[in-house]
Amino acid sequence: MQIPPILSAPLHMIPIPLIERICRLMFGRIAKAHPGLFERLDEHRQKRFAFLPTDLPLAFVVVPGRQEISVLRKPVEIEADAVTEAPLFLLLALMEGRCDADALFFSRDLSVTGDMEAMLAMRNALDASNIDLQKDLAKLAGPFAPIARKVIGEIRDRALKDQNRPAGEAAAWN
Amino acid sequence: MELICPAGTPAAFHEAVDAGADAVYCGFRDETNARNFPGLNFSRDELREAIAYAKRKGTQTFVALNTFMRAGAEEIWYKGAADAVALGADALILADFGLMAHVAEKYPQQRLHVSVQASASNPDAINFLVDAFTAQRVVLPRTLTIADIARIGKNIRCEMEVFVFGGLCVMAEGRCSLSSYATGKSPNMNGVCSPASHVRYRKDGGELVSELGEFTINRFPAGEAAGYPTLCKGRFDIADSNGYAFEDPVSLDVMGELEALKAAGVKALKIEGRQRGKAYVAEVVSTMKAALNSPPDRRAPLLARLRTMSEGQKTTSGAYEKRWR
Repeated sequence: MQIPPILSAPLHMIPIPLIERICRLMFGRIAKAHPGLFERLDEHRQKRFAFLPTDLPLAFVVVPGRQEISVLRKPVEIEADAVTEAPLFLLLALMEGRCDADALFFSRDLSVTGDMEAMLAMRNALDASNIDLQKDLAKLAGPFAPIARKVIGEIRDRALKDQNRPAGEAAAWN
Repeated sequence: MELICPAGTPAAFHEAVDAGADAVYCGFRDETNARNFPGLNFSRDELREAIAYAKRKGTQTFVALNTFMRAGAEEIWYKGAADAVALGADALILADFGLMAHVAEKYPQQRLHVSVQASASNPDAINFLVDAFTAQRVVLPRTLTIADIARIGKNIRCEMEVFVFGGLCVMAEGRCSLSSYATGKSPNMNGVCSPASHVRYRKDGGELVSELGEFTINRFPAGEAAGYPTLCKGRFDIADSNGYAFEDPVSLDVMGELEALKAAGVKALKIEGRQRGKAYVAEVVSTMKAALNSPPDRRAPLLARLRTMSEGQKTTSGAYEKRWR
């Protein structure tokens, strides 16, 4: 499922510091919920990992060892050790380990460049981590957490149903 | 027949058990196993927890220590074997004869399986390992036909396990030097075939170019399904033609031959893929389990869905149904 331009267009106008602040809040929440998240990265913890959603005008650069995330507006020359490009919902599905990265690479939905050792370690660290964005991020909504959980869950389910993906992967979302 | 399933992380291990694996195979996070990839595999504590989980669910755990020991550093493999035994592994999957001898002597009660990496592919070789080290099962190489497997089965004194789905290694495993030639590292000694440290992907116009060390392995035009950057599945200029010298980017699937494999005396069916994600493990194991429990004519539609998760988005029965000389 691709995010339609009409939904991603407002991101051109929102100030980067604001988007960055929200991303840091979410990153912090996930890191707190999964303290061993980056243990498998070993010597790759201080490397710069760039994630480029192909359907958003933004790029995200993460340095796991410093729990640092920065947001850049495209087009931009990315300075990173490893770069992953895919539609946003696939990147989120990979974060949760709900899609298989190799299968997405074979189908050309995902592209990777740069330090493959670091990228492989990141892929395996995320796959081992049991991140559940619905559960982990809904808490940020405070008293509205139940509503947030429902909304995130519905978006996720919708993304999977709409996704023109092989049945095998779609069935792996649950 | 038993279904033997891969796990590269505790999360994938749980998925495999929950999806109905009869046994899960995995390895330690070091050079003792042939999938020694960054961020993959199990610490001692993780394996302890995984084995306990499997036991509660009635699933067996096989620990792969299936690289060849480095002279002077044997202690790494001996420690791996000692820990796997102490943690309660149901079987050790071994390739190195020296390590088999060590395990047979030190832990005579421990069940020992011969890894595909040992390249034991005829009755004499297999029976030697049974007699010398009390091997109870052999994992056969993916270079044999089903008729070959049936002939071997009649002449050996241990169980047979065969790969039925997943990555297809077309070489004499444990003897292949292609990765070593290109990168200095091999699955046999280092646990890595085409190590990520030597892999590079780049875009060239609309093409995806994969490189291993100093070799260009493939150029995939836009829209063409991609494969792993291994020399054995590279597309090369050979004389006046351009094509795959050894094998296309393709995965193995011989689930259509279950009855023939059963008749050949196969005891266990193995799924390749410890390097794959937990979503792949969950989907493949549950689908294979459903296929095993279905009548033969119902299996093909079930298994077709797995093709898109395969290398090159294609599958083959490979040497099992050899139609070439």
